[in-house]
Amino acid sequence: MLREVTLEDIRPIAIGAGILGTGGGGNPYLGGLHLASVIREKGSQPLVDPFSLSDDAHVCVAGTIGAPTVSIEKLPEGTEMVRALRLLEEHTGRRFDAVAIAEIGGSNSMQPLIAGLQAGIPTVDSDSMGRAFPEIQMSSYLFGSDAKVAPYAMVDAADKAAVVPSAVSDLWGERIARNIAVSMGARAGLVACMMNGAQLKAAGVHYTMSLAHHLGARAIEAQEQKSDVPQVVADVLDGEVIFRGKISDVNRRTTKGFARGWVRIDRFSNDDRLEIEFQNELLIARINGEVLVTTPDLICIVTEEEGEPVTTEVLRYGTRVAVIAVPAPEQLKSEVALEVVGPRAFGYDVEFRPLPGGVIGRLPESARTM
Amino acid sequence: MRIGVDVGGTNTDAVLMDGTTVVSSTKTPTTANVSEGIAKALRAVIEDSGIDRAAIDGVMIGTTHFTNAVVERKHLTPTACIRLGLPATVCLPPMVDWPDDLREIVGGNAHLAHGGHEFDGREISEFQPDEVRAIAEKIRDAGLDAIAISSVFSPVNATFEEQSAEIVRSVIPGANITLSSEIGRIGLLERENAAIMNSCLRQLAARTVDGFKAALDELRITAPFYISQNDGTLMNADFAKEYPVLTFASGPTNSMRGAAFLSGLRDAIVVDVGGTTTDIGVLQHGFPRVAALAVDIGGVRTNFRMPDTYSIGLGGGSLVTPHPPAPSPTRREGESDTVMEVPPSSWGRDLGWGDIKVGPRSVGYELTEKALVFGGDVLTATDVIVAGGSEDIGDASAVADLDASLVTAVQERIMEMIAIAVDRMKTSATPVPVIVVGGGSILVTGAIEGASEIIKPDHYPVANAIGAAIAQVGGECDRIFSLAELSRDEALDQAKGEASDRAVNAGADAESIEIVDVEEVPLAYLPGNATRIMVKAIGDLVEA
Repeated sequence: MLREVTLEDIRPIAIGAGILGTGGGGNPYLGGLHLASVIREKGSQPLVDPFSLSDDAHVCVAGTIGAPTVSIEKLPEGTEMVRALRLLEEHTGRRFDAVAIAEIGGSNSMQPLIAGLQAGIPTVDSDSMGRAFPEIQMSSYLFGSDAKVAPYAMVDAADKAAVVPSAVSDLWGERIARNIAVSMGARAGLVACMMNGAQLKAAGVHYTMSLAHHLGARAIEAQEQKSDVPQVVADVLDGEVIFRGKISDVNRRTTKGFARGWVRIDRFSNDDRLEIEFQNELLIARINGEVLVTTPDLICIVTEEEGEPVTTEVLRYGTRVAVIAVPAPEQLKSEVALEVVGPRAFGYDVEFRPLPGGVIGRLPESARTM
Repeated sequence: MRIGVDVGGTNTDAVLMDGTTVVSSTKTPTTANVSEGIAKALRAVIEDSGIDRAAIDGVMIGTTHFTNAVVERKHLTPTACIRLGLPATVCLPPMVDWPDDLREIVGGNAHLAHGGHEFDGREISEFQPDEVRAIAEKIRDAGLDAIAISSVFSPVNATFEEQSAEIVRSVIPGANITLSSEIGRIGLLERENAAIMNSCLRQLAARTVDGFKAALDELRITAPFYISQNDGTLMNADFAKEYPVLTFASGPTNSMRGAAFLSGLRDAIVVDVGGTTTDIGVLQHGFPRVAALAVDIGGVRTNFRMPDTYSIGLGGGSLVTPHPPAPSPTRREGESDTVMEVPPSSWGRDLGWGDIKVGPRSVGYELTEKALVFGGDVLTATDVIVAGGSEDIGDASAVADLDASLVTAVQERIMEMIAIAVDRMKTSATPVPVIVVGGGSILVTGAIEGASEIIKPDHYPVANAIGAAIAQVGGECDRIFSLAELSRDEALDQAKGEASDRAVNAGADAESIEIVDVEEVPLAYLPGNATRIMVKAIGDLVEA
């Protein structure tokens, strides 16, 4: 696994995390730029093996919450998360030993590295999704253990801050946090989900920072060697390139605050058509009307030639893409997990039919030597 | 009558058009002093047609000069940047993601001040005039007078940028100031980058536009002249001096608009074959399809809406070289021994295509010295086409002894390269018309797989100059609307109204205005159905 994150590691992590973003999660580009400046100032950020944590280690997750469109315009002040972390420490009277990753997919891959570096504590090589999801309660730390989302702290670019001491449920914790974020300008640093080492070890999707790095590095290598990048991505993730074609139609609408819609892709070689439904992230893929892949399994769209991730915001008629289906981590497949991240949790009346295999959440064979 | 001019890296083309008729056209080499080449081209079309200069209503010029200045890091004025948004945005200061050499040339003089807005129009922090004044004094003391000003969410509310500009002008009279809200859309870094590049280019723009003016004066042309923008619309000369950055990527747009005009088609694929590269783009409703992702100019991210073109290294000057068969995939130490499969879309990746390679190296503008048919000693794509007998250029006897099978193989290779590139840009398997334009169009000698027809319209070598000549004027609106307060239709009407007003202000005839592009992007997680609406309006130029 990766022992520390240096300047050179940012690009591969950004590419890997972008692919794991399954169309959402925000673009890691700006977070990567920010992380680079923090690393230049403070040095590289250590990563710790989740299983090296003691059972009573005190851990939280750190990230940003808000709207992706706002995130490209109202750039952060830069210390939002570490200020939220200190605030939560003050509120609870206990220092954190390490910061874990809430969401490896997309821009929140960079935030726990920035927060850890600024707080002077290591980042745990473990997240709670192995991909991206739109809401805080969609976290294996929460549905996989008895950890709770609250108490949590939120801080904006200025001096506005909030501590939510408790919430009747994790879903309500999400709703309240979302409202606070909007009042803070649809962008805030969030530190939440206090847990101990035992809870993290039991519920986390482990080694996903190492996996994102490994995935990005292999994708870059494939780009340089002019080989088939989508196939390399699929191989690293134990997935399958299920479709190559051109986007022939995109439909978007906003319902309950989510950018929902669908994208249609026509195969190059025949009349097959793939239709993917999204709510920020890509959730359900149907081929010629038949369900092929469903959340929590990952549906990743990358450009056909370069293998660069394509987010749902930039899906556009005519783009040539490859679609990769990737088995979800085991932690997302339990009955209780599916209630939160399965198709029905997003309002689709279909069964989850898991793809066979899977490597997310396990230390990849080839990454062990890193 | 209108004259269209296209100043490319290699050639300067000009056409004289009477309404929709091409009266005369010319192609001359681009000169180091751009104006000389333009004067020469203008003189040629005027003298060729023998028209009265008073009959010229306007001269439309498309140029890559400003793009090249950034790419080549030449003629750039050191520029300071003031960004309003404190305490937000601190961790990613202006020019943070620029290539080091360019940042150095531009001076890296960046300042942050309070101000800026939230997505819903609230202020991030109170605007502080004294703070901006102190910054302006620092910039003045550093000897700079070129300044870009950006403010968070200025596309929603530009007042802080405007107030700052006033303060800066009071400290640095005559300062060259670009406001980000005037040229860009949502995406702070990208919009700010464009604003900084714009101020960097203004001195060059003033010199260049004055040079154009001098060339016209010399030829006693009194008609107004216009410069093409990246979206294919025009700006007048004074506006071009103010906003040179808006000329970026106008070349491909002009050639595609010219192709649409010449062919009469509104939906087609355009293949523009030049001396070194071939650009393939898609016409939708008569306009180029726009690229979805951020576009780098000289290593700097911008969010201009550029035509979505795909370039391949194939042109009239492309070198034709024997190429060894594909090497076996390189295996690195410690790697498993699975053999890498070559994906179907990997053409041009030097993996070999039999024995012959066409491009990407090219003799470029030296074609008329280096090609065999011009007495040189380099085998180019043009030589092969002449040897094939479909064109009579230069001295055909110089290529008479080329092996006939080689000629056939090269021609087939060229058509295959084009067919694969065309297929890459197509949106469905259904055959579509392909319009071939550009000086290197002679390379297209056969059918293109997937094309319903191939159209090589009259005047195809100067399609880009024609695109400039027929250009219209446009205006844009890019804002976030709250659909809780307005209905969707009201918001769309408001956006369309704003875009139309801007088109009229830019010189469009209000009667002729058409809405050519509407894009709605609902913003995730925001209450009140916040939706970003982008509208573009275009109209005919009011004739002088």
